[in-house]
Amino acid sequence: MTELLVGTKKGMFRLEGDGDGFEITARAFAGQSVEYAMRDPRSGRYLASVTSWFYGPKIWITDDPTGEWEQAEGATLPEGDEKSVERLWVIVPGAADGQLYAGGDPGPLFESRDGGASWELNRGLWDHPTRGDWSPGNGGLCLHTIAPWPGDPSKLLVAISAVGVWLSDDGGASWHHSNTGIEPDYVPEESRDNPIQHCVHDVRRAPLRPERLFMQFHGGVYRSDNAGESWIDIGDGLPSDFGFPIVVDPADPDSAYVIPLIGAEDRTPPDGAMRVWETRDAGATWQARGDGLPDKAYLTILREAFDSAGEGAGLELYFGATSGEVFGSADAGANWRQVADHLPPVYSVRTA
Amino acid sequence: MAQVMLRAPLSELCGGRHHAIAGATVREVLRGLEREHPPIAGWVLDEQGRIREHVNVFVNGTHGEEGTPVADADRVHVLPAITGG
Repeated sequence: MTELLVGTKKGMFRLEGDGDGFEITARAFAGQSVEYAMRDPRSGRYLASVTSWFYGPKIWITDDPTGEWEQAEGATLPEGDEKSVERLWVIVPGAADGQLYAGGDPGPLFESRDGGASWELNRGLWDHPTRGDWSPGNGGLCLHTIAPWPGDPSKLLVAISAVGVWLSDDGGASWHHSNTGIEPDYVPEESRDNPIQHCVHDVRRAPLRPERLFMQFHGGVYRSDNAGESWIDIGDGLPSDFGFPIVVDPADPDSAYVIPLIGAEDRTPPDGAMRVWETRDAGATWQARGDGLPDKAYLTILREAFDSAGEGAGLELYFGATSGEVFGSADAGANWRQVADHLPPVYSVRTA
Repeated sequence: MAQVMLRAPLSELCGGRHHAIAGATVREVLRGLEREHPPIAGWVLDEQGRIREHVNVFVNGTHGEEGTPVADADRVHVLPAITGG
């Protein structure tokens, strides 16, 4: 049995199922945008970031998604700062017990040390002297990627659109940007050495080799073998180097999966053929994985709407579209089927 | 005391639809409401003390802003904005 938490424009849906099919077993926050929903594997607790059109963004927690949810405290910016939190795009378990991180718009990183009940702004990043030069991407100035180092709370990578990658080696007390090797071809060549104008779309760390990371950039797919200090272009062989999410097989540090879209104005699959592309040699070659996916489908898959469960030959992959479909594979992408349709526009998919 | 009138879900956060709150401006009244009912903090005013973009506040039936004066017994309605076409 696999549990999927699907954040949509009109609420969170829990899907449960297996090879025989999935069904909706819970819905929460009807009518509100759920940017992200996840289950902390350590506590079993569910967390959701929800933005009411009227009443703003909040983090909610529960032990039972069919029951009552409790509002978390503290995911706000300091009074007097002028800015307010617009959205909370991602929630990620940290490496320490009870630690979670959340990121959002306009670029804040929040940390919880009590399993998500209360949150505190990371001042090291928020007060960074470059913040006045940070510029938003199309989706806002969003801190969307948080990649802890397994077993070491001192090391952390985050990414902000359209700013770039930030690294900390002291638990978030201090930060340095790290975009060496990334080519932002959307700015003139003479401007490309500006280190904080990089529209990173997603980054995933290889758990068995934490110094290795894979990145989907605004225009390019990259790999780092030195914990994010520099990046290598591995996009050759893909039908488009634009896309949003990237996923790895936890058992294989040479693996990555991307969903190429025609970028940046169209944001649908090349030729309308819905395909997931896989590398098993760290980006040297890529193969289309699409048996069971539609050949004519002009879908858009957003950054948080792709996730995995399990590993190796039994790797499960799931992604959702803004047109309301969710697709899944139970064999590492070899075969796919639709596991849900007619949902509201899908913002996030997370396995639990 | 201003007479603050709420609808769901705000009324659920504050334990009722009607509340008598002291304050000389809309912002002071809403901050007073937050002090008496902490769960509503962040719902009507954002963390910078601004009325959220899609929330409307009326003082005696007239659209008000953060600095709008409020007198004793004034009626302060807090309503979600109309979002239809």
